[in-house]
Amino acid sequence: MLEPEQELAQETQQLTVEGAIANLRHPDTSLRYYAAWWLGKFRVHSPEAVEVLIECLTDEADRTELGGYPLRRNAARALGKMGDPRAVPGLVTCLECSDFYVRECAAEALGQLSDRASIPALMQLLTGGVAKAVQTPGRPHLAEPYEAVMAALGNLQAVQARELIQPFLDHPLPKIRYAAARTMYQITGDDTYGKFLIDSLLDDDIKLRRIVLRNLGDIGYLPAAEAIASAGVESSFKLIALKGLLDHQLELDEQQGLDSLSMLSRGAIDLMALMDNLL
Amino acid sequence: MSKATTPPEANPEASAEANQAQVQAQIQAVEQAQSPEALMVAVQNLATSQSAAAIPALIAVFGYNNPAAAAIALRAVIGWQEAAVAPLIAQLDEYNYGARAYSMRALATIASGQSLEVLINAATNDFAPSVRRAAAKGLGNLRWETLPSNDPNTNPKSNFSADPSPDQGEAQRRVFAALSSLCTDGDWSIRYAGVAGLQALATRVKELEQTVVDFLNQHQESDRSVRARIQWAVNSEQ
Repeated sequence: MLEPEQELAQETQQLTVEGAIANLRHPDTSLRYYAAWWLGKFRVHSPEAVEVLIECLTDEADRTELGGYPLRRNAARALGKMGDPRAVPGLVTCLECSDFYVRECAAEALGQLSDRASIPALMQLLTGGVAKAVQTPGRPHLAEPYEAVMAALGNLQAVQARELIQPFLDHPLPKIRYAAARTMYQITGDDTYGKFLIDSLLDDDIKLRRIVLRNLGDIGYLPAAEAIASAGVESSFKLIALKGLLDHQLELDEQQGLDSLSMLSRGAIDLMALMDNLL
Repeated sequence: MSKATTPPEANPEASAEANQAQVQAQIQAVEQAQSPEALMVAVQNLATSQSAAAIPALIAVFGYNNPAAAAIALRAVIGWQEAAVAPLIAQLDEYNYGARAYSMRALATIASGQSLEVLINAATNDFAPSVRRAAAKGLGNLRWETLPSNDPNTNPKSNFSADPSPDQGEAQRRVFAALSSLCTDGDWSIRYAGVAGLQALATRVKELEQTVVDFLNQHQESDRSVRARIQWAVNSEQ
C-alpha cells in the first residue's frame, strides 16, 4: 500500500527557481528530468519556466530503452500544473507522440489547462471506440490513455464528445467504465452516472475502489460524501476524495455569493466534519 | 508504570486467572490463522478478552496488512484506554507506517498525557502523512488531566503526583508550537490536521484560546479547503 501523497513527504533535494530553470538545459539528463518535476510540484508560475518546459516537450536527448521520452513526460506534467495556455499547442502535438506515457501526461495536462481548443485532438484518441481500446501486446497499457483522455474531455466540458464516450461505459475494464461514467456526469450532470460510481465503491477489489474514490473526488460529486467516508479504503484516499468534494462545494458557495472567509455553508461544514473523522 | 485498568464489565481479580489459559489460546489462534477469514474470527474472539495479556497481540494485528482485522483490533485496543498506552508506545512499528498509523490513531483516541512525547515526535518528524495527521489530532484532544505532572518532558511514565499546573502549561505551549508548525507544511492534509488540532486545543485549554485564534487569523493559507477549515475553527472559538 502506498499512500498517494507519500512521495511529497520525501523531497530532500533543495533547488531554487533559477537553478531549476537552468537545470532544464543541463547536459545531465537526470538533472533536467528532476528539474521539470520540481517546477511542476512547486507550481512555479514563471513565464521563463513555461518557455523552457515547452522546449522540453520536443526533447530528443533523454530516451529510455523502449524509446520513451522521460523528460517530455515530466515537462507535460509540469505544464499542466502551471496554467499557462501557451503550452497548449505543444501539448496537443504530444498527443501524437510514440510514447504512450507522453500521450497520457499531455492529455492530463490539457485537462488541467482550461483551453477548449484541445478538444478535437483529444477526441481523436478515442476514435476506433471500444473495439480499438485493447491491451497493447507486451505492454501494461491499452492502445491509448483512455482514462486520461476522457477525464480531460470531462474537465473541458466537451459535450460534443458525448457519443464518442458513451460506448466506453460498456468497456470490459472497470477502470475504463468508471472514467467514462465520470466524464458523462461532467458533461451531462446526469445523476445516473454519479450513482453508478457510488455503487462501484462496493467493488470487491480495493484497487478499483480507490480508483472510484479518485473519480468521485475529481468531479466533486457531493451526494457521494457519506459513501466515501464509509468506503472500505484507507483513510488517506477518502480524505483526498472528500477534499475534492469540499473544494467543489466551496466553489458553488462562492458562486452563490457566499464569501467563505466569513460564512460557511452547512454543506461545507458537514464535509469538514467527515474529513476530521479521517485524520 | 501506572496499573492496568480492566474494561468496565470485567471483574479484575476473578477474570485475570480464570481467563489466562483461554487468552493464551486466543492469542495463538490469531498468530496461527491461515486465512484472512480465520484471522478475522480469531481477532474478533481476542477482542472480547477481558485479560490485559491480549493487548500486545491485538496491537500486533496492526502489522498484518489486513484492514478489516486491524479495524477490529483498533476498537478493542482503544477500549482498554490507559492500560493500552504503554504497550502501544513500546510496540510502535518503526518499519511499517501502516501499522504505525493504527497505533497513532489508538493513542490519539485514548488521548492520554502519557503519549505526549510520542505524539509530538510523530506529528513533527514522521515521514508518513497518515501518522502525522493522527498524531496532530491526538495532540489537540489530549486529556490534560491525565498528564503526569512532575516532569512530562523527560519522564512520561512517572507517577502522578505534585502540582500539575506548571508542567501542564509548559506542555501545552509545546503542543501549540508543534501544531502551529504543521500549518506551514507543504502537504495540505498536514496543514488541515494542524488546524483541526489547534481548534481542539483551543477548546480544551481556555488559556490558549486567544493565542490560537490570533495565530489562525494571521495565517496565510493558499488552499481553499484548508482556508475553510481555518474559518470553521475561528468561528467555533468565537
